[in-house]
Amino acid sequence: MTEADLKSRVDALIRPQQVHRDVYTSPEVYALEMRHLFRNVWVYIGHDSQTPNKGDYITAQIGDQPLLMVRHTDNEIHVLYNRCPHKGTKIVIDKAGNTGKFFRCPYHAWSFKTDGCLLAIPLKKGYEGTGLEETEASHGLAPVGAMMNYRGFIFARLAPEGIGFEEFFGDSLSSLDNMVDRSPEGKLTVAGAPLRYMHKCNWKMLVENQTDTCHPMVAHESSAGTAVKIWEEMEKPEGTPTPAAMEIIAPFMSPYEFFENMGIRTWPNGHGHTGVHHSIHSAYSDIPGYLDAMVAAYGEERANAILGENRHNTVYFPNIMIKGPIQQLRNFIPLGPDKTLVESWIFALDGAPSELTARTAMYNRMINAPTSMVGHDDLEMYERAQEGLMADGLEWVNIQRLYEDGEDFSEEAVLNGTTERQMRNQFDAWKRFMIGGAA
Amino acid sequence: MNRDEVIDFIHDEAWMLDEGQYHDWLNLWLPNAVYWMPLNWNQQDPVNETSLLHEDNFMLRLRIERLHGARTFSQKPKSRCHHVLNRPRILELTEDSARVATKMHYVETRLDEQQLLALTVTHDLKATPEGIRIAGKRVDILNCDAAFGNIQLLP
Ligand code: FES
Ligand SMILES: [Fe+2]
Repeated sequence: MTEADLKSRVDALIRPQQVHRDVYTSPEVYALEMRHLFRNVWVYIGHDSQTPNKGDYITAQIGDQPLLMVRHTDNEIHVLYNRCPHKGTKIVIDKAGNTGKFFRCPYHAWSFKTDGCLLAIPLKKGYEGTGLEETEASHGLAPVGAMMNYRGFIFARLAPEGIGFEEFFGDSLSSLDNMVDRSPEGKLTVAGAPLRYMHKCNWKMLVENQTDTCHPMVAHESSAGTAVKIWEEMEKPEGTPTPAAMEIIAPFMSPYEFFENMGIRTWPNGHGHTGVHHSIHSAYSDIPGYLDAMVAAYGEERANAILGENRHNTVYFPNIMIKGPIQQLRNFIPLGPDKTLVESWIFALDGAPSELTARTAMYNRMINAPTSMVGHDDLEMYERAQEGLMADGLEWVNIQRLYEDGEDFSEEAVLNGTTERQMRNQFDAWKRFMIGGAA
Repeated sequence: MNRDEVIDFIHDEAWMLDEGQYHDWLNLWLPNAVYWMPLNWNQQDPVNETSLLHEDNFMLRLRIERLHGARTFSQKPKSRCHHVLNRPRILELTEDSARVATKMHYVETRLDEQQLLALTVTHDLKATPEGIRIAGKRVDILNCDAAFGNIQLLP
């Protein structure tokens, strides 16, 4: 496919107020996303607390590309293709481990330093005079095009040339900053294993849902609405404190007005967040000792400014979402046009009371687990949509709520919290990075 | 509490879940009991790490009420489930308490889909004037760290 063909194929799928269903259903479009979109943008790999010691590694992916992330002997993190340069064997296949000072391929024992360089080949004389040094195999494990460790969060770009990290994320990094600043020590640590939830739908449905503020009170009425009802009807002594579970689930039933007023902000390159003014996380009760620790670390004014942000969901295009106020990160990993693995991770705030981690763990299992009452209804909607989109009677998916003529996505904007502008913003970035990222 | 009573209780509890007798089932639980389903093999910490389930009486009640709700879309149509139990293994037995581990196969179905989970279920039981009651239940799924679609009923 020439660049011109690719451009006309991509342009035909995206209109200002609607997108063609092929972006969710077509294996051909999915293959183009893997080949172009995921190659041109910065994608989340993992957190550095997953590899605290030299030789620690995790396996990861960008789109359909198998990768590994490892801490080298100089303490720097490297992101490498998980593919032996000899015959292709994956070097490691477990989720996490420690390889010591070098990787050793299990097939023919070629070994590599933890920065990827070829270290040794058994019976090396068999390659003497064969021109091995002229092949790509002699370079060892191939690195990704570029990588960045931003305050512990590791991102990588596959393409060797392309948009820089700072330019790609711009002011959207303020959400990651706020999440990390909530630790009195400015540091997060992964807490436990992620939830792993398989969805038979396209990955973009999940990303769009993160700023879909018109669904909670509808799709989640069965869980959040029922919780509110049970709690109201329950016989309880006067002054019984609201259980933590109620604090988490009840805000899902907030009226439209609440979501309209909370606001949505969009940034260039497909990033954006809900909860500019308040969010479903605003009214959580204080945890004793936390504010004191924050004030001691930052001073009163700065501590209050950090804790005064209550951003709801921040989408980092293309495929993660973070919740700063509760230190959660969800990774929407595409496995096929109609298959997405969702990993939901939580972090502990270094230097803060563990009750904060406990609340986040509760949120994660209540809302995002395969066993979660809230997750059940979301998944049901995505899978129905994936099947429904096969209907030939209609071809377009509508994303025009609060659309305005001449929307300029290269400008930051703050709007009514029920706008679908962030979905349009994602497709603007999608269209550009499918063809290399040019404006 | 004797051995036979304990074993009958374990079977009856699973039977109630399979028959959808949720209100009777909830009455088997002591007020402070927790249903725990770890996310990791040998997970020790249910509080500061994510679990698949870690639910008290309020949450279990919500779960049951929701299953019958008029707008519970993921239960239209409803799921069904089926437990097959191995012989319960009594780990501790006193006059008024017991700890029991039972291997089970759990099948859940909805529409044309059916999934099978292999479980080790550990019950903490207490004798009360009303009969045996659950003081705690831990359900370890053999592949608890695998990626699942919806698990909607109670393994
Ligand atoms: S495939 Fe790795 S050493 Fe041969
Ligand atoms: Fe939802």
